[in-house]
Amino acid sequence: MKEASHHGTLFLAMRRLRAPLITLIVIFSVSVLGLTIAPGPGGQSMSFFHAFYFISYTATTIGFGEIPLAFSEQQRLWVLICIYMAVVGWAYTLASVFALLQDRNFQAAVETERFARAVARIHAPFYLVCGYGETGRLVCRTLDRMGQRAVVLETNSGRAGELELHNYVSDLPVLVTDASKPANLRLAGLTSRYCRGVLALTNDDNANLAIAISTRLLAPKIPALCRAESAEVAANMASFGTRHIIEPYAKFAEYLALALHAPNAYHLLTWLTGRPGTTIERHRDPPRGKWVLCGYGSFGKVLVEAFDREEVPVTIIDRAPAEGPGHRWVRGDGTGGNILERANIAQAVGIVASTGNDIDNLSIAVTARELNPDLFVILRMNQYANHDLFDAFESDVTVVPSEIIANECLAVLTTPLLEPFLEAVRARDDAWSANLLDGLIERFGWDVPTVWSVRLNVSHAPALYRHLMRNSAHVRLGDLLRNPHDRKQPLDAAALYLHRDDSDHIVAPSLDTLIRPGDRLLLVGRLAARRDFALTVDNEHTLVYVLTGKDLPGGLVWEYLARRREKTT
Amino acid sequence: MNLEKVIFGFFIVLAATLNFGFFVGDLDDPAHHDIYELFAAIVVNFIATVLKFGDRTQIGAVHLSTSLVADLQLIAAAMVWGYGVHIAGVGMSPEYTAKVVSLSGGAMLANVVSVIILIAETIMQRR
Repeated sequence: MKEASHHGTLFLAMRRLRAPLITLIVIFSVSVLGLTIAPGPGGQSMSFFHAFYFISYTATTIGFGEIPLAFSEQQRLWVLICIYMAVVGWAYTLASVFALLQDRNFQAAVETERFARAVARIHAPFYLVCGYGETGRLVCRTLDRMGQRAVVLETNSGRAGELELHNYVSDLPVLVTDASKPANLRLAGLTSRYCRGVLALTNDDNANLAIAISTRLLAPKIPALCRAESAEVAANMASFGTRHIIEPYAKFAEYLALALHAPNAYHLLTWLTGRPGTTIERHRDPPRGKWVLCGYGSFGKVLVEAFDREEVPVTIIDRAPAEGPGHRWVRGDGTGGNILERANIAQAVGIVASTGNDIDNLSIAVTARELNPDLFVILRMNQYANHDLFDAFESDVTVVPSEIIANECLAVLTTPLLEPFLEAVRARDDAWSANLLDGLIERFGWDVPTVWSVRLNVSHAPALYRHLMRNSAHVRLGDLLRNPHDRKQPLDAAALYLHRDDSDHIVAPSLDTLIRPGDRLLLVGRLAARRDFALTVDNEHTLVYVLTGKDLPGGLVWEYLARRREKTT
Repeated sequence: MNLEKVIFGFFIVLAATLNFGFFVGDLDDPAHHDIYELFAAIVVNFIATVLKFGDRTQIGAVHLSTSLVADLQLIAAAMVWGYGVHIAGVGMSPEYTAKVVSLSGGAMLANVVSVIILIAETIMQRR
């Protein structure tokens, strides 16, 4: 049978209860049979009907007494035996049932079946989240806030249990299992037609790799977003066409490099990809000059490469001996003041505390600040549990891998056009970014805005699509971005990117850009503006009002009359 | 030889033979149909049903369903007997005997199917 794995609960129970059930049947039948044979008062023995009635209430310890007539001594002797047999039989059966309920395999089978049923009941798009660690939690919470469904697979039962404690609006089915097994992914709805994406966020690179390859083979159309800490695994994932690979350290190094040479582009990027509901604090831009880096691990290595690309001199402090030429290398532990002084901390402009130990990182940062108060401090936070300490110390940038991954996932999943836009921003010079950023911040402030993409086709923007196909009249972008409640007011949104099917695109399109059917737009603005825009492109009456200011009459009769009136005038 | 298979086959065939034993004879002659034989058939049928629990194969499922049919028919026969003897109070009249025996005849058909499946399964495996 194809999906035998989770239908087994009932069969497992039945198989386990075979012996006790047969025992009960035998005890009942022997008791009834004996009672029909034993001579009663006046030599008349009981009939099957009465015997079965009597045994039924005696064996279950209900005990109505001797019915229909007082028993003979022979019958009492037999009933005495029956009572003890029945007690043993029931005790055995109940013990078997309780043992079954306590059984781990049975509980797992029940849990799996319940999960499979919950997944099958989801009739809305959902995301499959593998790994409910810090990243998984952030992603799930944000998806839930955005009204998206999610299904969670997690190996650790403790962490899976936490999910019930967090208050989610929608019900998130969770199963404690190994997500790297394809059968479990299938169980969690990988092949369901409602599955919109797979997020491999476990802290095990190999598990993420297994999830990526399962998704690629079992559901090639579904995008997989995979976390990869090591470069080899990332390369492996890329080799079979994983849609998005997220390397948190490489990502941050890229951000840092961007911040070094194009601070405004960097701010634009953090503002657009921030988590909804948070405010971006504009910190000072990382200065160019001598930098000190403590801890040359996987993160440190990627950062040093980024510094090299930006041609920023960096001194490395690490316990291990120097690796290759090209950098000043100080051997030792950055937590001590003398080592930092040997690395010329007084002349440095910035420090990166990138060891794998949070307490060490904080200690390095505090000591370095004392020696040089103007330092630009970048701190790496390994465990979210320490975030109180990191909040108390005012670093310039705190690198939280789980947040980087979560933000990246959400941006990619919810706004597919954001990626090409950010790519285009990186290609422009910083003055251009500054101009765009200033304009946007003036309108929307530093609160993270709503960023969304919309495709102007027949299913997502039916009214606009039909309007464009029917009247060849030109519709300018600026005409659409008007408030549907009062068209004199502009809509609280701006277009960032316009993509056409013939691989043509316009970055930051002007309000005079002409819209064509099938265009895809990336918009930024307030949440209310998103709803208003959806209404405009979806509802014909609203669209006509926004474009022309005319209120269309509803219904065939009124439309007919309105057309006649138009003709006569 | 597998002891489990011996017990399994034993109960299935016994259920069919006991059922047959009760069924043969004139349809409405109570002297040809012993009530103890019906009792034995019911008990053995129940045991056979429980033995078939928990087999997940297709053939196991058909096995179980034939047994459930036989159980249902035999319970109905026992209830008709109980009604005739104790509630209607007419005893094993030809009319009630005919009802009970025909119900057990239905159960026997299910039991025969069960035995056929058993034989088919044995031949299929060739071991």
